[in-house]
Amino acid sequence: MSDPRSGSSSLETKVRQALYAGRRWHPAEIAFWLLAFAAFFLFPRNLLLLNEIAILALFALSLDLILGYAGIVSLGHAAFLGMGAYAAGLFAKHGGGDPLAGLATGIAAAGLLGLVTSPLVLRGSDLTRLMVTLGVALILYEVANSLGWLTGGADGLQGVVISPVLGLFEFDIFGHTAYLYSLSVLFLLFLLARRIKNSPFGLSLRAIRDNPLRASASGVATGWRLAAIYTVSAAYAGAAGALLAQTTQFVSLDVLDFHRSADLMLVLIIGGAGYLYGGLVGAIAFKLLQDLIAGFTPQYWMFWIGLFLVLFVLGGREIIHGGIKAVAARLGGRAAR
Amino acid sequence: MLTILFDGIAYGMVLFVLGCGLSVTMGLMNFVNLAHGAFAMLGGYVAVLAMQRLGLPFLASLPLAFLAAAMVGIVLERTVYRPMYAKPHLDQVMFSIGLVFMAVAGTDWLMGSGQQFVRLPDWLQGRFEIAGIGIGRYRLFVIAICGLLAVSLQWGFTRTRFGSRLRAAVDDARVARGLGIPVNRLFALTFALGCGLAGLGGALGVELMGLDPTFPLKFMIYFLIVVTVGGTSSITGPFFAAMLLGVADVVGKYLVPQIGAFIIYALMVVLLITRPNGLFARGRT
Repeated sequence: MSDPRSGSSSLETKVRQALYAGRRWHPAEIAFWLLAFAAFFLFPRNLLLLNEIAILALFALSLDLILGYAGIVSLGHAAFLGMGAYAAGLFAKHGGGDPLAGLATGIAAAGLLGLVTSPLVLRGSDLTRLMVTLGVALILYEVANSLGWLTGGADGLQGVVISPVLGLFEFDIFGHTAYLYSLSVLFLLFLLARRIKNSPFGLSLRAIRDNPLRASASGVATGWRLAAIYTVSAAYAGAAGALLAQTTQFVSLDVLDFHRSADLMLVLIIGGAGYLYGGLVGAIAFKLLQDLIAGFTPQYWMFWIGLFLVLFVLGGREIIHGGIKAVAARLGGRAAR
Repeated sequence: MLTILFDGIAYGMVLFVLGCGLSVTMGLMNFVNLAHGAFAMLGGYVAVLAMQRLGLPFLASLPLAFLAAAMVGIVLERTVYRPMYAKPHLDQVMFSIGLVFMAVAGTDWLMGSGQQFVRLPDWLQGRFEIAGIGIGRYRLFVIAICGLLAVSLQWGFTRTRFGSRLRAAVDDARVARGLGIPVNRLFALTFALGCGLAGLGGALGVELMGLDPTFPLKFMIYFLIVVTVGGTSSITGPFFAAMLLGVADVVGKYLVPQIGAFIIYALMVVLLITRPNGLFARGRT
């Protein structure tokens, strides 16, 4: 007569095993990160580009957390990037140049903004969410624009001076410190994201994404979980913004611009959402593409971005993702064997 | 004060003409077309070019703007828009943003990034006074045209066979199709009409809103507010929403210029907080 209990406990062990299996590191993942750190030595001339890739990857990772795992669409993720960037920049200007404290400030500020705006995002359909996130980002842009005495308005925030990381590594114009600093932050936050993904919390998020009604019927506190992941995602974007502000030592209104959010979508569309590496792969592809195209038509980059968006949505997307999934399945199958 | 109100109404009228096409496409096919502003920009540029290069009078360039935008609308609907209807909202949004980006950069390449102007005919310039209210001739003209359009649209929507079929299709496309209403052709027609109206609005709005390649991005949020607030099932809803938005925006910019565009965004967020589900609920059924 102990059937139901033993049944539930065997289910529990199964879930536990599945979660642990997800936590195990695949050789390809280790190779990916080794390569990322090795890039510092392999491409010493392109460190500034690599730094931008690392920051964009972190930004994309933040969107992937809500889009890929919780199914929350957002067109205004630049709001959090900008919030983090301005918070870190202002901290460096008025509160001292310690980069790690500035990073923490950026993360905290963006996270707070995410927490405050999460009730807005949790309502309504996808369409309402797109609109609200867009609206929040536009409002922040206007606020940053009109608070000229604080943010420098259209001229940007100048006079951001960052002291050496941990008091040891000074930022230089070649991006040596910048890349390693950004990559380290990206790696640490990636580890955290990976842990979140493979936790019961992450599992419940995917349940909400796949069927919100059923998830809430099974006792998942849908609203709170979504608010939590939205805040985490905002904090991640804030970290990306802080890195951007610190490594360029400048913050302009551009960080809040709409095209940041749209670019980010393209990154995730290229890389694919929902497996954490999508944002990273997408960021690499996007930046290389941008660098390549900017080589011959710097002015009309926007046109090409638009074309890629249209083409990807019209048909290319499934092909690429199918390919990635097939490769991933083969790799996964080999590992399981 | 009343002059400002009058300007606001003229502005709102143009916004209505720009936005009403979007509200119908959104309601009919549940399709989010952020590229609507690109059609308006097309209309504006066609009008400007027709006057500058071909030397057409202002009044003749308006129908031309309408036709050009409608033609492009039909072609695009046939080729690239149709596969998008069945896709999720996110895809539609990405797709239309892509179109906007292409339109912005393409226009920049073709026409240069400068602001474009139209030279109004003499009888539309200047202003006169009635009972102490300064009334711009052009604004009066805009209000007259747009008012006429609004009335005829409302009439067409509620009284004609086309309108009743359209309403049936908006309410429930499947049942309408089952009753033999050619929903796809209906939609193509409506789409073209909406694009044409956007083009006309763009041409009329050159004087009021300015015209440069970033037009679709700058005014995207305005159209969306008109549609969000006004709903997608009638002509009157977007009309009042556009009026509200136009007056609020103009009055806000005249009286408290420091906060500028902030007012309309705040307005939008407040509306979305107070009516989170009612706004798009209809489109989802």
